[in-house]
Amino acid sequence: MHLQDLIFTLQRFWADHGCVVEQPVDVEVGAGTFHPATFLRVLGPEPWNAAFAQFCRRPSDGRYGENPNRAGAYYQFQVGLKPSPLHVQELYLDSLRAIGLDPGVHDIRFVEDDWESPTLGAWGLGWEVWCDGMEVTQYTYFQQAGGIDLMPVTCELTYGVERLAMYLQNVDSMYDLKWDKHVTYGQLRKPWEYEYATYHFEELRPELAFAAFDTYEGECRRLIARTAGGKPAPLVLPAYEFCMKASHAFNSLDARGAISVTERQRFIGRVRAMAKACAETYVAARARLGFPLLPPHLQAQAVAAYDAAAADGVNAGALAAARAVAPYAEEIAHAS
Amino acid sequence: MPADLLFEIGCEEIPAKMLARALVELPDLVGKRLDDRRLARGAVTVHGTPRRLAVIVAGLAERQPDIHEEVVGPPASAAFGPDGAPTKAGLGFAAKNGVDPAALQKKEVAGKKGLYAVATRNVVGEDTRTILPQLLADVAGAIAWPKSQRWGWGETRYVRPVQWLVALFGGEVVPVAWAGLHAGRATRGHRFLSPGQIQLAAPAGYVEALAAAKVLVDPAARAARVRDELARLERETGLRVRPDEALLAEVIHLGEYPVGVCGSFDPAYLEVPEEIIVTAMRTHQRYFAMETPGGVLANRFATMMATTVADPAVVRAGNERVLAARLADARFFVAEDRKASFDAWNARLDSVVFQAKLGDGARTIGHKVRRIARVVGELAAHVPGADPAVVAAAAASCKADLASKAVGEFPELQGVMGRHYARDFGLADAIARAIDEHWWPKGQGGALPSTDAGAILAIADRMDTAAGMFAVGLEPSGNADPFGIRRAAIGIWLILLDRGWSGLWPIALDRARAALADQGVASAAAADKLEKFFRDRLRGIFVDQGIPGPDADAVLAQDFRDPVDALARARAIGKVPPAAREVFKRTANILDDARTKHKLAIRDTVDPALFAADNTVEQRLFDGVTAARAREAAARAGRDYAAVFESLVQLQPTIAAFFDKGGVMVMDPDPALRDNRLALLHWFLAPYMAIADFRLLVSPS
Repeated sequence: MHLQDLIFTLQRFWADHGCVVEQPVDVEVGAGTFHPATFLRVLGPEPWNAAFAQFCRRPSDGRYGENPNRAGAYYQFQVGLKPSPLHVQELYLDSLRAIGLDPGVHDIRFVEDDWESPTLGAWGLGWEVWCDGMEVTQYTYFQQAGGIDLMPVTCELTYGVERLAMYLQNVDSMYDLKWDKHVTYGQLRKPWEYEYATYHFEELRPELAFAAFDTYEGECRRLIARTAGGKPAPLVLPAYEFCMKASHAFNSLDARGAISVTERQRFIGRVRAMAKACAETYVAARARLGFPLLPPHLQAQAVAAYDAAAADGVNAGALAAARAVAPYAEEIAHAS
Repeated sequence: MPADLLFEIGCEEIPAKMLARALVELPDLVGKRLDDRRLARGAVTVHGTPRRLAVIVAGLAERQPDIHEEVVGPPASAAFGPDGAPTKAGLGFAAKNGVDPAALQKKEVAGKKGLYAVATRNVVGEDTRTILPQLLADVAGAIAWPKSQRWGWGETRYVRPVQWLVALFGGEVVPVAWAGLHAGRATRGHRFLSPGQIQLAAPAGYVEALAAAKVLVDPAARAARVRDELARLERETGLRVRPDEALLAEVIHLGEYPVGVCGSFDPAYLEVPEEIIVTAMRTHQRYFAMETPGGVLANRFATMMATTVADPAVVRAGNERVLAARLADARFFVAEDRKASFDAWNARLDSVVFQAKLGDGARTIGHKVRRIARVVGELAAHVPGADPAVVAAAAASCKADLASKAVGEFPELQGVMGRHYARDFGLADAIARAIDEHWWPKGQGGALPSTDAGAILAIADRMDTAAGMFAVGLEPSGNADPFGIRRAAIGIWLILLDRGWSGLWPIALDRARAALADQGVASAAAADKLEKFFRDRLRGIFVDQGIPGPDADAVLAQDFRDPVDALARARAIGKVPPAAREVFKRTANILDDARTKHKLAIRDTVDPALFAADNTVEQRLFDGVTAARAREAAARAGRDYAAVFESLVQLQPTIAAFFDKGGVMVMDPDPALRDNRLALLHWFLAPYMAIADFRLLVSPS
């Protein structure tokens, strides 16, 4: 199975199971979880099912294209199911069958691996899924994002595209993967890996990246605090985009070795503060919009519950809105 | 008729360590609740796999026993008015016991004067079937998972999403409703080997029904199967699986039906230090290392699948590829590390925080290394045979490997990699070993440092941690010990005892505090707390070694700073029989009373001229003690406390006669006689009291 066919198959599979096939976010991110389709959509009471491939940049993992398994950028295929269905493990195993990994042939296991993102103020419980001892998927039940308790809970499945493809194509280096009939992964990706490793490790100008971080952070705060006519009028999505960009600036500085151990925690805290502000502002904005992804007849009661509880904070409001509509879970499932 | 109860909670894969904990916890969670509800029962058995927890209660009664009892209330005078009608107090008493106020009686009660209000309670026992639904739901919710989660729209928290519930009392379903599910009789077999539901008729046959569906629900049966599978792989390869009980305990809980597979890796990787290979296999992949009959690491591994597959060769090849990538990474780390140096790593440690609360002058690991380096020199001077040059060199680089790539990847190899790299960098073998051994003992029951240099470093490092953490208020509280200070203190004592180093503890503490003070950390305020903390740890070690608590307390009350001597005293005191303890304790109490109650100063000298002329007990005691002093002299000099106590025990009849009928009155009205008798007792007892505080030696009952 060619790498692009793997992506097609997963997209088709999850589209058939009710997922919106989103497209990658056009900003540098370290993981699919940063995609607004995950980080923001997991918040609040609205249902949401989405799948997408995401190009992820991890500057510290760059190896100049010389390591067969590790690279400064790679692809994740991410699925978010909100609320997490009770049979999601079975669905997931079916998706493995769809790409040709049969549990009758392979040793498939769910091995504890709890997930935490200090920069996103997010955590969840779950597993890494092993296929014959190789981690092929990160499987997480999100409990918190941006410091906000999640209800309903989203199940996030993150397939490691290269690893799965290496397995299916039986090759030992990701650069030997066949992208399609004609082109290899190495032909597409190796020059990028070499140039970006060189850039991040040798050429990146820390003063520039530090300044960029400060600018992004300032812009994020400004857009969150924006008012119009004396009333709050935040621009959440642009604000969150600057949070993503700041996070990448931090990752780049980290790879460059420009951030000391003590500074590191401080930078992570700054990104987390941005993510938290975006998350809270996003939930409030969705409430003002009437939680539009809920079935129309449930929107008013969710908003009323949110408004009644929001004096105690966005977290309380989000939980109240979810609890107000939780008894109608079946109707919500039908509508979505 | 009593019947068996089965309660099974089916869920998604439970982490291995949490499953092990829950299996220990569950019998009590169920048993205590049943007992609280007065339901007679037989034994509680627990089973569990990653996908389920189950309890079986044998012979559970069908109902609670009825209650017929008389409850005694307030005195009749308070419970009934002059007209004989119940008062407010009487009505309250009746209501509390659920009886009609008119049915209250006035009765005499054994052991009490007068009449009392008495209610006769008749409670019909409740049916077990009505009790169980809530009781079992409570059990499910009460399992203490270290981490739990919600799922879907639910509010329930559990270790992972719950999938099904089975609750059977005899052949009947118990209608437990919990986590959005209703219990039934349908369980599930192995996820892949026996998909679909299995209908259970009754709790009996549960284990067998699941075994037929490729689920070994009894952890002991799974453990046996894992061992059998490992033995099969040993037979097939002619190699041995390296014993690893901790890994085995985890692997047992990684699947419902373990099947062994053996794989190999490129022997070229054997050039990497073997600890890193074994650790990479163990921590990342849960593989067992294999070795030749001669104990040499082989390029093979053993692993357990969680299922049977069409062709194990496919699974083997997959695992081999993963491991090859892991080992390639490990070799890369080692190769990169070998290009570095201890100096470069040590410089990096100046920016790695050990404990921020220690303040700017003392917070980093670099600071800690300098403190250790300062202390070890002074400790080495007190250990004949320790090479100060080796100790100093090892101390300077004892933490260097923390900055290495290999330890960054495998933190549990700290010290081990330091030893390898020290050799690579051309340092003497003794230095390399001390760097490694300064982390010993690693965990409970771990090996102790085998060299003086390693032991000195280990003590200095741990003392620095303990003194530093106490100084900034980070001492352990309750069960929490996030900085491992208890382990550190226990480690120090075990090393001192093992090496027989009598006088080193006070020096180590004093120098550690001085080194901290030089970096601006004041530790005087916490000194008493720290000493008590150390004493308590030593007591724990003694008790672990089988010394009775009172014996340990008695010797440690006098001195704990020399653990070797304290242990010898504690062991010897076991030889003093209970009757002797009593009489010596009595002697000590008389002296105490004289000092505290009667405010008497006790003289150091005894005047035989003041002994009673008409009674020989004083002279006999004086002679007895004089003889004991002579015969104990050698034993005392040689710290042969057993011999000292044997000698002391010989004095028991003499001292007993002193107090018994026919003895003398110590607190004689004549102050001269009284003071002389107290002085005699003090002169007799004081040398033994220095060995153990007899007042704490309660005779074992």
